Amino acid sequence: MICERDILKLLDSVKDPELPVLSILDLGIVRSVERISMENGEGRWRIVVTPTYSGCPAMDMISMQIRMAMYAAGMTDFEIVTRLSPAWTTDWMTESGKAKLKAYGIAPPHRTGDQTPVECPHCGSTHTQCLSEFGSTACKALYRCEDCREPFDHFKCH
Amino acid sequence: MSLSNYLLHLADNALILGHRNSEWCGHGPVLEQDIAITNISLDLIGQSRYLYQYAASITGHGASEDSLAYLRDARSYLNLLMLELPKRDWGFTILRQYLFSEFQLLQYEALQRSADVQLAGIAEKALKETSYHRRWSSEWVIRLGDGTDESHERMQDSLVRIWPYTGELFMPAIFEQEMVATGIGVDPSSFKEEWMSKTKAVFEEATLMVPEEGWSQKGGKEGRHTEHLGYILAEMQFLQRTYPGQEW
Repeated sequence: MICERDILKLLDSVKDPELPVLSILDLGIVRSVERISMENGEGRWRIVVTPTYSGCPAMDMISMQIRMAMYAAGMTDFEIVTRLSPAWTTDWMTESGKAKLKAYGIAPPHRTGDQTPVECPHCGSTHTQCLSEFGSTACKALYRCEDCREPFDHFKCH
Repeated sequence: MSLSNYLLHLADNALILGHRNSEWCGHGPVLEQDIAITNISLDLIGQSRYLYQYAASITGHGASEDSLAYLRDARSYLNLLMLELPKRDWGFTILRQYLFSEFQLLQYEALQRSADVQLAGIAEKALKETSYHRRWSSEWVIRLGDGTDESHERMQDSLVRIWPYTGELFMPAIFEQEMVATGIGVDPSSFKEEWMSKTKAVFEEATLMVPEEGWSQKGGKEGRHTEHLGYILAEMQFLQRTYPGQEW
């Protein structure tokens, strides 16, 4: 009998195509997984996801990857539903996700409202400067460390 | 009918400005700002997609986000005239983005409390992105306005050019009035004063003179556009008009 945990485990294998160290569970965009029953008495899985940014091109790809992962596991009785509200926030990112980001060289987001300086993921210095509020993807800003002089991406607090 | 027009108006605003800004892709003054303006384009086009998808679902007759964007002619577009004007120089682009972001912020803030749950959800989502757009563009307005003689002059010139198009933002169209009555939409004239005081504060810091309030251009919300919209649509719709149903 397949349970919610099995589905979640499958979803954990789906990575953000632009940040391949993060799974979609780490990112906090999977809002719920539940078994729903349809009018004809049969059941299906409903996977509710929420987008990070409205224009993020990775979202369509993530939906496709969820589909592929489910098919690969032999499951066809499911639907993917997009939910906009409540709007995604980086506060939903898991602690292990933040640790993975840092190890990957990207400064993870603070909790919203936390004003402490962004820490350089390379040397740990908090003597850092924002070069541009918009980085290589919608979710990142471009920073530079004033101590080790390395540029780095910061996953914006959102 | 009113709801679909209201959604189309909001969607067209986002799509047309998103398209205009995307013309900077590969042409920005420096790499970081090229990336910034195209990121803003992506956000705006993403917002327009949610609104078109919702509009298509209530329009029926096989409408889709693509048919609404690619198969309507200029007369059916309901965007603000300000957003279809050519991008001109970086100063003009930034200034328009700032004026519109400040407006969109107030509009989305109010729409979060819309009686229509789906529209409220779209507004809640878009609001977070719009606050970045506002911050980034206001900083640029200040930097260029209070910059060199040339940048100041260009910004002042842009402000004079765009000002007659700002009045339209606050003139409610019939579909807006009807949506206000049902609790779904918001009356843009209700936040005109707040918009004026916020923009004025930024212009003061940017050492720019705000032009006197005078005669306003209008008509975009009723489908009467400047000649510029036709050129945007000619480029944007070319593929679907020439090869109907073509996919990438």
